[in-house]
Amino acid sequence: MSQKVLLHAKEIDIILNRLACQLIENHKDFKETCLIGLQPRGIQLTHRLAEILKLETEIDFLEVGKLDLTFYRDDFRRSDKTLTANTTEIDFIVENKNVVFIDDVLYTGRSIRAALTAIQSYGRPKSIELLTLIDRRFSRHLPIQATYKGRKVDAIDDEKVKVHWKEIHDEDAVYLVKN
Amino acid sequence: MSELSVNHLLGIKYITEEDIQLIFKTADQFKEVINRPIKKVPSLRDITIANLFFENSTRTRLSFELAEKRLSADVVNFSAASSSVNKGETLVDTVNNILSMKVDMLVMRHPQPGAGVFLSRKINAAVINAGDGTHEHPTQGLLDTYSAREKHGDLAGKKVVIVGDISHSRVALSNIFALQKLGAQVKVCGPLSLIPKHIESLGVKVEPNLRKALEWCDIANMLRVQNERMDMPYFPNIREYVQQYGLDKSLLDSLSKEITIMHPGPINRGVEMSSDVADSDHSIILNQVENGVAIRMAVLYLLASKIKSYEN
Repeated sequence: MSQKVLLHAKEIDIILNRLACQLIENHKDFKETCLIGLQPRGIQLTHRLAEILKLETEIDFLEVGKLDLTFYRDDFRRSDKTLTANTTEIDFIVENKNVVFIDDVLYTGRSIRAALTAIQSYGRPKSIELLTLIDRRFSRHLPIQATYKGRKVDAIDDEKVKVHWKEIHDEDAVYLVKN
Repeated sequence: MSELSVNHLLGIKYITEEDIQLIFKTADQFKEVINRPIKKVPSLRDITIANLFFENSTRTRLSFELAEKRLSADVVNFSAASSSVNKGETLVDTVNNILSMKVDMLVMRHPQPGAGVFLSRKINAAVINAGDGTHEHPTQGLLDTYSAREKHGDLAGKKVVIVGDISHSRVALSNIFALQKLGAQVKVCGPLSLIPKHIESLGVKVEPNLRKALEWCDIANMLRVQNERMDMPYFPNIREYVQQYGLDKSLLDSLSKEITIMHPGPINRGVEMSSDVADSDHSIILNQVENGVAIRMAVLYLLASKIKSYEN
């Protein structure tokens, strides 16, 4: 197994600030918008972006939630492991809101398909956008694209993209892992 | 730990503490699901479940059926009263006929202890025991401990007394196993004629005095007197039972501490407890019923995930 660094801490920092700016450009004061991190790996990215939006751009009103997709996934009973669920926390109304899904890596698009179904249980959003730190191009199984992309990566199927966050892994970095 | 150690849920005796914790963790998520505006998830959309009830049930059957439907499973119901069992068909034949119609899971209540275990050895489908005679009622044991945990936090070291007809109660046995696996101390209380002779071999103490038992415990689980299972009189009359083992508000208020009251239902108001106790803030009876659906969804989900799909 070998691994290559795709993004360093400094680059991640620049990208997060750019993504935050893009969100502000489209959503202005976030009165009609909510950010929803996809469990489990979208949560840290969501916290970071929310932090930047609150601290550096003085947005004081921001609705942030977590959405778990486990029960909506299409690989139930098709993978070897039981899929274990995580918490969903959506303490606000999504009806008629602009929802931004946030996840670390966009790969086959199947998680996003599950998220699109899952969010319907909470209401009918006005629009749904997708923000991902890493977009693995040419590997989509479904016609799904991100609205906001941190970095595009070309990786083949037996490679893995790993995102590390300093709050959990003591460093900010993105790796490409080869088996 | 992300997988159950068993392929069937036949009794709490056969599962581990890790299994119980995994079921609880999954049930937490399903509890959130059933409190949403849309209470349904698509996980079990390609699973068919047969509910086989060879004995009467309202709550358990409704609870299982709701759990199955909220997981999007296809459901067929069967009750012995209207079936060919009355024409002399054996259990295995009945079930194999149902399975030929491509059923993946069975939820079964049966008057014979061990019916679930027997069936799981004979047939090729996941079996969930919804009560087998006086033996076990595992989902009830799980939902009782889950509800107690919700109120009291970790059950390790907590004191629980099970009051009433222990001999005829499958709820008692499943509760004892579940509580002990989670580290709680268990006592039973009731007329000695309704307490199994060798119950102490399970590590359970017997306290024949209700007041002493209640003073000792954090949680009291009041069981129903199962008149329908009594082939002979076990106590002189109901009035005497109520005097000695009925819980009323004045007894509850005279205790030196606040305790939580549970009951698996259906309640005989005025027998095992008075109405003002059943409806008081101490009682978590209706929470138990709500949690029952979440627990059964978790059990169904975790067992279904062990049935491999056709491509495997």
